[in-house]
Amino acid sequence: MNLEPAEPVVTAPTPKVKAPSAPGGAEEPSAPEVKLSAEDLRARFGTTQVLKGISMPIEARTVTAVIGPSGCGKSTFVRCLNRMHEVAPGAVVEGRVLLDGQDIYGAQVDPVLVRRHIGMVFQKPNPFPTLSIQDNVLAGLRLNGTRVPNPAEVVERRLRQVALWDEVKDGLDRSGTSLSGGQQQRLCIARSLALEPEVLLMDEPCSALDPIATARVEELIHELRADYTIVIVTHNMQQAARVADTTAFFYMGELVEYDQTDVIFTRPKQRKTEDYITGRFG
Amino acid sequence: MTRHTDREYARELDLLRERVLLMGSKVEAMVGDAMQAFHERDTQLARATLRADHEVDQLELEIDERCLKLLARRQPVASDLRFITTSLKLVTDLERVGDLATNICERTLELSLEPPVAIDPRLPRMAQLAQEMLADALNSFVQSDAQRARAVVERDALVDAAYAETFPALTQRMVTEPDAAQRLLSVGRYLERVADHATNIAEMVVFMVEGKDVRHTFHAVRPMDS
Amino acid sequence: MSTRAAPLLEASDSSYKLRKAKDRLIRGLCVAFTLLALVPLFSVLYYLTARGIGGVNLAFFTELPRPVGETGGGMANSIVGSAQLVGLACLFGIPPGLLAGIYLAESGKGGLAKVIRFTADVLAGVPSITVGVFVYSLLVLTLGRFSMLAGAVALAVLMVPTVTRTTEELMRLVPEQLREAGLGLGLPRWRVTLKITLRTALPGIATGIMLAVARVAGETAPLLFTAFSNRFWNDGIDQPVSSLPVQIYTYAVSPFEDWHQQAWAAAFVLVVFILILNITARLLVRHRVKGR
Repeated sequence: MNLEPAEPVVTAPTPKVKAPSAPGGAEEPSAPEVKLSAEDLRARFGTTQVLKGISMPIEARTVTAVIGPSGCGKSTFVRCLNRMHEVAPGAVVEGRVLLDGQDIYGAQVDPVLVRRHIGMVFQKPNPFPTLSIQDNVLAGLRLNGTRVPNPAEVVERRLRQVALWDEVKDGLDRSGTSLSGGQQQRLCIARSLALEPEVLLMDEPCSALDPIATARVEELIHELRADYTIVIVTHNMQQAARVADTTAFFYMGELVEYDQTDVIFTRPKQRKTEDYITGRFG
Repeated sequence: MTRHTDREYARELDLLRERVLLMGSKVEAMVGDAMQAFHERDTQLARATLRADHEVDQLELEIDERCLKLLARRQPVASDLRFITTSLKLVTDLERVGDLATNICERTLELSLEPPVAIDPRLPRMAQLAQEMLADALNSFVQSDAQRARAVVERDALVDAAYAETFPALTQRMVTEPDAAQRLLSVGRYLERVADHATNIAEMVVFMVEGKDVRHTFHAVRPMDS
Repeated sequence: MSTRAAPLLEASDSSYKLRKAKDRLIRGLCVAFTLLALVPLFSVLYYLTARGIGGVNLAFFTELPRPVGETGGGMANSIVGSAQLVGLACLFGIPPGLLAGIYLAESGKGGLAKVIRFTADVLAGVPSITVGVFVYSLLVLTLGRFSMLAGAVALAVLMVPTVTRTTEELMRLVPEQLREAGLGLGLPRWRVTLKITLRTALPGIATGIMLAVARVAGETAPLLFTAFSNRFWNDGIDQPVSSLPVQIYTYAVSPFEDWHQQAWAAAFVLVVFILILNITARLLVRHRVKGR
């Protein structure tokens, strides 16, 4: 899709600059494609302001990590990106979020459809306990009443995509909850991918997993980056450093710094970022 | 800067800083002693300086170990990461400076076996410049003073120029007194290298403070070989 | 440190024994009172079986009651009548109870929900005979006769609060994460409620409903004013109908030894039915959970 708005790049505290292609490289410095862009995004629960005007362009096919202390609004931010925030009672969102230049908070936009384009993976693995592994993969399609012409093919493709196929192919009828935590989380990712979203939001996807299961999910994120735009909220800074191309630091509902991940972790520009990532926070 | 939430971590970083400073001051002293021994043909001081090198080597190993432990256990980032990696590289340069000081002492011991020779007047000047640069580089590290560090980098050209002047004069003396001239030339080269290492340290300090890598960017500023 | 630790470990011996003794005492009391509580339960079952099983034969299930003086006969009409009453009560009572429960669980935060919840709680505590009187004035007086319809409505009214609160509780037990998962997959709210929340809670809700059914199946008081009784086969939804509990009551208070025997048999059969209903409900749930 076309994307005009050049101004969000300017409004970001630290204008995001694509790392210059290797020095002396012959690559044409093509303009980065902005997939998702928050513009003066504000969110609150009742009278409690959680996000205080976030402007942040997110480039297509990159992994963007959102870090910050508890209560900084990072979870709320990603929930605003697929209109999940407003689901909670008393939750209000103002501002704009552009998906390929189109405001998902526009008057004509159906939030349910937005969520099919922008998938979400949650903190705790949440496969549907009443459904088998394969039905979990198909849940997003089937429960919406979509006829799936070749379910077996979809199931295999998505489970392979999350590297779960070999582990579960002999027990596709088993309950989704019979899997280990890490497997459940990958199943949930497969379930989201079955809807063919363009953007995948992950809200602390590894906080309930052990290091090996975490490594598997991170490996998966690396692979998905080729086709999807991923935004991951994490309280684990090392995880942000490992998986993300760009990192945003949130503090008290504001975007403090947004830059290439290696810049954030080696030479952040803001004192607050520096203090937070080095562990000097009050 | 605000203190670390984890005070044990803060203590480990402080201790690392202390050890690097200790090593720096030892190396500085070695260069000073070596040059004093060289001027005064003081074989005793020269031998003492040779022995001091062992301590510097031990400190290098210890600091390496501390850095590795911090990297493995704390996953440092940002300024901490830059400080630790800088320390890790800085000690290599310091250790080399220590070695150069021992080299000067060796030449001094060799020269002491022969009748006194005329010392090229440019050598003491080089020595003074190099020592000042080393001291400034270490001070800039202690005080995280990037400006002072940049000044050190710029002064390297002066030492290089001095060495360039010494070279033809000493090569001429090769004909009449080959052994002495050879040794004096070596000392000149050692001093030139001490200044180079001081420059390296200063460049690392700039990176540590500003997060900007200034290595290999100053060549254009340097006066072309005169 | 070690010199102090060792005596500490040993010195605790006497207090340790005391603690152990207390533990045994409390445990023993718990077991004793549990057994005590079970005594009436099992004696009822035993007594019913001992007194009732003699009267249970084929005729009891197939024949109509005989007039006083004639021996034999059965309660076929009461058994069928009870089944019809309970069936109709389910038809009337479960849908509103279920829907109200879903409403309370999924969007029950406002004033209306509070009113409904409070009403349901009050209704659950209302004596069943009151419900009988209420339906009597509502339907029996207006229609002019006792009827199966009135009986079924009375039983349904008794079922609604139980079904409502069971449904609400069990829907609330479904983790919020599952709803989020559904919404995150782009499902509309109503599909999430039906296909995820309700479906996950369904085994539990089914058990709750079965238990509610078992409870009303044994109700006597509300039926006395509504379905009344009928010595013959029921003639239609607007006619009085005989039911096991009412029949038991009628026979038990009669002066005839023969009827007393029949009442014991009927009570035994009723208890067995309820037992079967309960066990089926539990088996059904267990099967579902395992099968899934």
